[in-house]
Amino acid sequence: MLSIKNLQAKVEDKQILKGINLQVNAGEIHAIMGPNGSGKSSLASVLAGRQNFEVTGGEVSFDGKDLLELSPEDRAREGVFLAFQYPIEIPGVSNINFLRTALNEIRAYHNEPPMEAKEFLRLTREKQKLVEFDAKLTNRSLNEGFSGGEKKRNEIFQLAMLNPKLAILDETDSGLDIDALRIVSNGVNKLRSSNNAFIVITHYQRLLEYIVPDFVHVLYDGRIVKSGTKELALELEEKGYDWIKEPVTSESV
Amino acid sequence: MITTTSLYDQFISLYHERENGKENEWLTNVRQTAFDAFSSRGLPTTRDEDWRFTNIAPFLKEDFHLSPRPASLHSIKKQIDIPSFDAYEVVLKNGMLNEDVSIPGIKIVPLRTALKDDSLAPYLSKHIPLQKHPFAALNTAMFENGIVIEVGKNAISEKPIHITHVYNAEEPVFIQPRILIVAGKGSKVEMVESFFVMGGKPVFINSVTECYVAENAQVDQYYLQTAPANLHLVNFTQVIQSRDSLYNNYTYTLPGAGLVRNNLHLDLNGSNTESHLFGLYLTGGNQLTDNHTFVNHLYPNCMSNELYKGVLMDNSRAVFNGKIYVHQDAQKTNAFQQNNNILLSNKAIIDSKPQLEIFADDVKCSHGSTVGSLNKDALFYLQARGIGEIAARNLLVNAFAFDVTNKIQIPAVREYIEKLITHKMAEAYD
Repeated sequence: MLSIKNLQAKVEDKQILKGINLQVNAGEIHAIMGPNGSGKSSLASVLAGRQNFEVTGGEVSFDGKDLLELSPEDRAREGVFLAFQYPIEIPGVSNINFLRTALNEIRAYHNEPPMEAKEFLRLTREKQKLVEFDAKLTNRSLNEGFSGGEKKRNEIFQLAMLNPKLAILDETDSGLDIDALRIVSNGVNKLRSSNNAFIVITHYQRLLEYIVPDFVHVLYDGRIVKSGTKELALELEEKGYDWIKEPVTSESV
Repeated sequence: MITTTSLYDQFISLYHERENGKENEWLTNVRQTAFDAFSSRGLPTTRDEDWRFTNIAPFLKEDFHLSPRPASLHSIKKQIDIPSFDAYEVVLKNGMLNEDVSIPGIKIVPLRTALKDDSLAPYLSKHIPLQKHPFAALNTAMFENGIVIEVGKNAISEKPIHITHVYNAEEPVFIQPRILIVAGKGSKVEMVESFFVMGGKPVFINSVTECYVAENAQVDQYYLQTAPANLHLVNFTQVIQSRDSLYNNYTYTLPGAGLVRNNLHLDLNGSNTESHLFGLYLTGGNQLTDNHTFVNHLYPNCMSNELYKGVLMDNSRAVFNGKIYVHQDAQKTNAFQQNNNILLSNKAIIDSKPQLEIFADDVKCSHGSTVGSLNKDALFYLQARGIGEIAARNLLVNAFAFDVTNKIQIPAVREYIEKLITHKMAEAYD
């Protein structure tokens, strides 16, 4: 589904990604871990098409399409979803109107008619329930005055509504208490299927107790320095990241 | 400069050519006072503080017909179509009303008819600071046509009154309409004004509106200023509120008219009044939009609230100048003013000047002004959900304008304005 080859990117003059290789197939969950500043969130931003990142090399294909050639909105329409680490508050845009616009723009891209109001309402109710999202929040302005946990749950609610092929969760667990973490993880587990895939970016192994990954990758200094199965996450939890850093540093000397 | 002077000279000689003495004495006196004020000051230039950012000279260069003929406006049916807007329709052609309009409890008559006796003497030009406002003085000295709207005591208008100003621009014209609104005690009326221009020659409108809101009365005025680029509008609105009255003004300026200068002055002439001023200017092209407001707190326990928002595109330019003046007697005043702007283009310019002058010691007042651009993170967030860039900008601009558009009390007008915002923004990005 997603194939990243030697992806390099910089912000201003700083090289952030220094050659990422990653293959994600339908039905898989990949976890990306790594210390602060290793490039985890940058990878998510580059995949979603954030403008301040400049891709300096490599390629990304998504279902055979050159993802890097697409505008952020077209990537979303093709089925890439980024759950933001810091969801934006937009006063004056209602959550529900935002979702309806997004859903119908995606449908229009696939030459489908706008969703009927009744069907949209039914879908909203169903997904709210699935991810335990408070119905009162649906009619409020987008994320305005939401708590940190409510914002993250709203990301998962949007994920449920838009039903993407590939979801990238950028530190969705940060700032969540244990109950919110459980709700968010349950949501993801209910949404996973053999047709979609998840990239879960996280700092801590904790989230991976709830969302069990098929593969774990360690990102350090803009490269994936180690890949493994879910046991790798446990090893990282136990030993920290220092043992990962050494070979890279010595290699670069 | 030379052409401006010559326009000035034309007005001076035109005034002297008028058959003075044909009108009632009180009116002759009003006109003479106004003429003296105009002739001593002349047309404003950017050297006048009130016109510092608005250079009027380029708009006055035309060889205007100063006394436009009754417009040869053939077969106009519905000029401005505001879908599902149910209103009493009034059409002014080149500032003229052809016949009386009868609405239950409300009398609308041509100004000429109303001036035949002395009934307007207590109202006409009683509160306008003519010395400071040469355009208002010019209108007062020279106006020929307009309308008088008299809302009877305790009359409640069932529907809004929709006044469409139709201008015939087959030749360059300078038109000076005059509107007088007298809302009796306990009455309530909503008025919506819109514009329609036929022909492509420059039209310069120098209009004056006076609005008297008696005790316990409520007047809502909507200005929908959407017109083609050849319309140049200078409008002076003087509102006089008696005690316990409520006045709401909604001024929406959208891309089109080359020049719009609004002066909105409120005299709070009694205690316990309430006033709301909402403004939105969405400007494009080479448009120049200037809003000057003045809220004059003269009595205690009055509340005024002002919110103007601006979205500037292309090479457009906007001016906001809001002044709140709290006199020494006006204790317990609550006066608020806010102006927020978004610049969508590097070439757009906004000059914002909020002013507060307070001479009472027990008041609650605030003012503020902001200028910014669209939040890039918000834009990306919307795009990352599949919403196209233009639609995302539209959503954000509508959200920015929401504080002002959601104050519109007439659903059809609100929908009309929201659609226009979307439509005008899409045009700008084509």
